[in-house]
Amino acid sequence: MRRVVITGAGTVNPLGQTVAETLAAMQAGRVAIGPLDIPLLERLSVKIGAQVRGWQPEAHFDKARLAFLDRHVQFALVAARQAMAEAGLRPDPARSAVIMGTAGGGLVTSDEAYRAVYAEGKARVHPFTVPRLMPSAAASHISMEFGLTGPTFAVSSACASSNHAIGLAFQMVRAGMVDQALAGGSEAMLSFGGLKAWEGLRVMSPDGCRPFAAGRNGMVQGEGAAVFLLETLEAAQARGAAVLAEVAGFAMTADAADIVLPNPEGAARAMAGALADAGLAPDAVDHINAHGTGTAANDRSEAEAMARVFGARAFGGRAGAIPVTATKSLHGHLIGAAGAVELIGVLSALQGLIPPTAGFDAADPACAVDLVTGAARRAEVGVALSNAFAFGGLNAVLALRRAGA
Amino acid sequence: MEAQMDGTFHIQTGVADRVIAILAEQAMLEPSQIAREARLDALGLDSLGLVETLFAIEESFDVSVPFNANDPSQSRFDLSTVGALIDGVEALIAAR
Repeated sequence: MRRVVITGAGTVNPLGQTVAETLAAMQAGRVAIGPLDIPLLERLSVKIGAQVRGWQPEAHFDKARLAFLDRHVQFALVAARQAMAEAGLRPDPARSAVIMGTAGGGLVTSDEAYRAVYAEGKARVHPFTVPRLMPSAAASHISMEFGLTGPTFAVSSACASSNHAIGLAFQMVRAGMVDQALAGGSEAMLSFGGLKAWEGLRVMSPDGCRPFAAGRNGMVQGEGAAVFLLETLEAAQARGAAVLAEVAGFAMTADAADIVLPNPEGAARAMAGALADAGLAPDAVDHINAHGTGTAANDRSEAEAMARVFGARAFGGRAGAIPVTATKSLHGHLIGAAGAVELIGVLSALQGLIPPTAGFDAADPACAVDLVTGAARRAEVGVALSNAFAFGGLNAVLALRRAGA
Repeated sequence: MEAQMDGTFHIQTGVADRVIAILAEQAMLEPSQIAREARLDALGLDSLGLVETLFAIEESFDVSVPFNANDPSQSRFDLSTVGALIDGVEALIAAR
């Protein structure tokens, strides 16, 4: 089977609007969560989030095109441009895939349209409401931007969407179905309606995201996108491209249990499955980028799943403990874009610097992992896992290997 | 129920009866089966059932119940028994 590598990355997220900015912020442990700036905030009980600040769509798109682009698609397109520019390859259009994850699609567009007709009593919505809100819009616009004519579609699996997208792209390149793929995820649901929906579940923190900490009290929402260019190792080497990381394995499972509560069994099978797919033993894992939402339920369940796969190495303070980080504490939970943006943190780890988890106050015996807190940790990371465990029990785990390892 | 001058009926039920009616619907019980002393966790409501119950209470009394599903024990709202819930709702209404 062909080996698959990442040769380009791009992102727009609350920590930065390029990969370089994002890496610097992650490594410094900068927290982008703060007071939300959105209309009708006074009617929300959750008033914090991680927004993409200073976003200027007109700097990236002309007016005619912007009329077709929901906020999450704007993020996706800019991220895809960065990934393509870095990879610097001339793709064979028909041999290229575009697979993008999103949980909500064009929720900002839906919110505006509903407000117009329901709240403001208007007779009509914007004429491009449908092409703007469809969840596959990001994939379509990326394929149009670069003239890519191979398999192109969206994947939706709630908070695992972008890991599913990247994993499917990896499988297609590995299997020889395509030669390169742009894959990732994008999300923008920091609208009044979007946040109202989340408020209802009562799992949002009023004051911050503290994964695996005793004082954690919920998740904090973010927004943004990340996109990666995947190709074969052979092709990258032939054209002398710099390899950011190898995608070594991927697995996806379903809990088949609960529509919101996580289940350690499904998560453990996904982690073990990704390692088996990569032909790696659990001993080979040097780092885990956790799903780590900061909710009571996820972090407990995820730690239990790690214990099932890695035994004593899943516990902080033990010999050979696996360093774990949860960068949602920095950039918020990007929902359908979470795994993609977190993969940038994995790239940092594979280069020897694991970004820290913010907000840690005290250890919780129910999830006592070896959490990287305070400052970034230097470590030799040859193999890392990137976890995504979504509502509805949909799990997707990527196994990454350091370039040249 | 009392007849109004315009011929409609105005339902005069107390907070306790309405809270019990909401609980009964969520727990799929008869209101008569729900005593003030009953523990909420003994009614067979799971965590999502509780979230739906609180939503129904908030909508029906126009109040906001301070409750975070991450850590129910830390919530500033007593959800131990049916009676505690009713007292809490009455306090929220009084403070409205």
